[in-house]
Amino acid sequence: MEWDTDRFHNFTRRALLLGGVQGLLLVMLGGRLHWLQVKDGRRYSTLAEKNRIDTRRILAPRGRIFDRFGVPLAVNEQNFRLVLIAENTPDIRAALEDVGRIVPVEKGDILRVMRDVRRKRPFMPVTVMENLSWEQVARIELAAPELPGLSVETGQVRQYPQGKAFAHVVGYVGAVQQADLRDDPLLGLPGVRIGKVGIEKTYEEALRGSAGEIEVEVNALGRSVRELGRIEGKPGEDLSLALDAGLQEFVQKRLAEEKSATAVVMDVQTGEIYALASHPAFDSNMFSNGIPAEVWEEVLADPAAPLSNKAIGGQYPPGSAFKMVTALAALESGTITPGYKVHCPGYVDVGSHRFHCWKSGGHGDIGLEDALTESCDVFFYDIGRKTGINQIAQMAELLGLGAPTGIDLPGERPGLVPNKAWKLANRDAPWQIGETIVAAIGQGYVLATPLQLAVMTARMVGGGVAVAPHLALNGHGDRGPWASLGISRQSLDIVMAGMRGVMCKAMGTARDAQIPQAGMEMGGKTGTAQVRRITKAERAAGLQNKDMPWRFRHHALFVGYAPLSQPRYACAVVVEHGVSGSATAAPIARDILWEAQKRDTAGKPKGSMP
Amino acid sequence: MTPSIFRDPDLSLVEKLRHVSLSFLLLMTLVACCGFLALYSAGGGSFQPWALRQVYRFLLGLLVLLGVSLVDIQFWLRMAYPLYGVTLFLLFVVDVFGHIGMGAQRWISIGGFQLQPSEVMKITLVLALARHFHAATWEGAGRIKPLLLPALLVLAPVALVMKQPDLGTAIILLALGGVMFFLAGVRLWMFGAILGLGAASLPLAWRFMHDYQKKRVLTFIDPQSDPMGAGYHILQSKIALGSGGFFGKGFLNGTQSHLNFLPEKQTDFIFTLIAEEWGLLGCSILLFLYALVIAYCFLIGLRARNHFGRLLSLGLGTNLFFYVFINVGMVMGILPVVGVPLPLISYGGTAMLAVLWGMGYVMCVSIHRDVRLSRTGQFED
Repeated sequence: MEWDTDRFHNFTRRALLLGGVQGLLLVMLGGRLHWLQVKDGRRYSTLAEKNRIDTRRILAPRGRIFDRFGVPLAVNEQNFRLVLIAENTPDIRAALEDVGRIVPVEKGDILRVMRDVRRKRPFMPVTVMENLSWEQVARIELAAPELPGLSVETGQVRQYPQGKAFAHVVGYVGAVQQADLRDDPLLGLPGVRIGKVGIEKTYEEALRGSAGEIEVEVNALGRSVRELGRIEGKPGEDLSLALDAGLQEFVQKRLAEEKSATAVVMDVQTGEIYALASHPAFDSNMFSNGIPAEVWEEVLADPAAPLSNKAIGGQYPPGSAFKMVTALAALESGTITPGYKVHCPGYVDVGSHRFHCWKSGGHGDIGLEDALTESCDVFFYDIGRKTGINQIAQMAELLGLGAPTGIDLPGERPGLVPNKAWKLANRDAPWQIGETIVAAIGQGYVLATPLQLAVMTARMVGGGVAVAPHLALNGHGDRGPWASLGISRQSLDIVMAGMRGVMCKAMGTARDAQIPQAGMEMGGKTGTAQVRRITKAERAAGLQNKDMPWRFRHHALFVGYAPLSQPRYACAVVVEHGVSGSATAAPIARDILWEAQKRDTAGKPKGSMP
Repeated sequence: MTPSIFRDPDLSLVEKLRHVSLSFLLLMTLVACCGFLALYSAGGGSFQPWALRQVYRFLLGLLVLLGVSLVDIQFWLRMAYPLYGVTLFLLFVVDVFGHIGMGAQRWISIGGFQLQPSEVMKITLVLALARHFHAATWEGAGRIKPLLLPALLVLAPVALVMKQPDLGTAIILLALGGVMFFLAGVRLWMFGAILGLGAASLPLAWRFMHDYQKKRVLTFIDPQSDPMGAGYHILQSKIALGSGGFFGKGFLNGTQSHLNFLPEKQTDFIFTLIAEEWGLLGCSILLFLYALVIAYCFLIGLRARNHFGRLLSLGLGTNLFFYVFINVGMVMGILPVVGVPLPLISYGGTAMLAVLWGMGYVMCVSIHRDVRLSRTGQFED
């Protein structure tokens, strides 16, 4: 069979060739495998680990806030929310309608949940409802077998147990806005709340703590399979404030007798703020729990501006409460001597303009101490003009006016202490002598926040040191020793004698508001600040300021201190459109300073945080 | 009385059974066992849902193998064209009535059994070509005209499979045909001419390709371009492979496969699971086992005294080689992703049975290695 032998030889040759090629190709596969698994193996191992391990952040509990005695002002409460896991729910709409018989689920909620479900992975929980009550939780748990995929999760929600009195100081937390997203990756997590106002905002970073991390093994869908490791986060720092919750509550309640008022109480030695209140206030909890639209609109429309902290954000002409500044400027600059006297006929003419004293009959011959006690305007017109605006401005700044005090609260405004350069720069006009005269009694351009007025008082009665206000205790903030302001003891004594006279002397403008308890007596100074210039016609008609519309009435101010010997507490009160410093503001300051001394806020040992 | 198809003048059934190559069976069982272990791991350390069923299929496949191998080789020689014809008809049916799956029609169900005629065609094409070239002369393979019929035998199924469309299988069929032509002694200049013509028509072919086919080719060229889409399979597969290292992560410890990063880890991509868990060492051993099985096919072919048997075992051995080479090349990212299973290991009934059925012919050749056949298929003295 020749044809077959020939074919066989050829076939064998080709078969060996084919086998050789196949063998070679298989060896090539082996080589490629070696390259992938050994040469490049480390790189692929890393990639496999990256595939496998997902790092998830866990929120640290936010630091709590307490008053000086350990009364809680801001805490974290467990909050129950109803969540739905889509992959466990056969019919989402039906499930939501079922649970609607237990908790009020509205049509909008259903639409929102359906939208969230589409956007998230099927095993990620979607929040149906927040802040469930205990009863709702119990009823849902009871009905759990009929509610597939629905469950109750616990989270933490910020609560402010003391309510409105602390709204402005403690502030509140809110959802992270795009602008807040900086470096901390924690802020990108869902459900994170950050401080928006008040102490919550100032000490945001300390309160926030740092996020923990869980390393989980995930599958290709991102579902976690098991936990590999956990780094606990650092819980936020608990803060203790200088505030005395009881005093703060008292102050808030006292201010609530007026339409719009604010008060600050501080320690003249340490600068600790014992109370800082602004009425009207709001409930911080409404920001945690969600604000009904109608409530929010009401808050925004209120002319008394409940959201603004007037103690630091309100700027008022200090009026006669500024007279101490003018007095100290005149004394310290050597313009007048302590015995200097002025004749007050009830007015003074400067150029073509007549400046009135509040007392139309005049005070006759009057010295510095009595001029403060009786709040003689003409006396201060005179010494103000002689001292000059720049000297007055310098003293005002020394006492803490015209610039933020640096208190640990956001939103503090600087007030305004005008001088010649300021006028030229901001009003494009030279300083007028008449402007010095009105500035000498704290009118015109001069503006101060109630906190600044409290600091001013503290600096004068506390021995002339640069005491500065602060709220947080444990380690935060500056608390002296305070530098001397360089004001002579003698000058301070004269001013304090005048302030004592305001409360104690028969002619004192606030003689009726003295604390009627021996050893607790106070000194102070009234201020009544014009909101609108009194026209000649009104003066002639004898129109009473209290009969005008609310928004045109004078602001009522008072700055005071107590006790007279060894002053410890400084207080500033502003009643917006309160008409009269002596009739409206002084009694409030009296009640506050009396209460502070009765409580012995400064003397009682501080409490520890629970 | 034994059934007529088992009767032949030279060999009794007992003799045939004695001729069954146990070492060849053992080699295939070893490969299949690697598959059982891999499927046990893919099932998360469980015989369910894959490993146990694969064992049953393998045992069934062994019965098919023995059944095929014990049938007289003369019978298979005579049946080559009819079997080819039936398969071609089935391919045609698939094109017309087949189920739509993966963007292509490949399957038909017969009594609830899913059949993929293109897999069957790989074997019956080899049968038919072996039958044809068994009868052809060495001189005939040097001219063009006698090659027109075998060329038609190849191109008809290729055209039908292309139409499904299943480019990968079509190319494998074409390559199988080419190998058979080569073994039959077709002159090398003809291959050169065909290859040149093919290369010249590539741009034309590109135009007729379906979008998903183009996409596969493109992602094969640059898998990074679409890491979450079409390139995902290749990329994750390479990560699994590469992270295995030399010794692997250990049995049941593959992270890529157990965390479902690997697509189709129990079927086409099972080699990556093996590579991840057993490392280069395990893979090399497995590839070596495959090389032995293929070499066995070649040795049986070279030892056979009839040309039909020679062509049949080398063709089917080459078919097995294609399975292995394309599947492993695919998961390593050196070949495009073309749905080819890893023989004896990938989970799937049709593939397992088709491979063992094909190996049945090789065994048949081994048993009948000393039988001489006339050109027309008659026994010779």
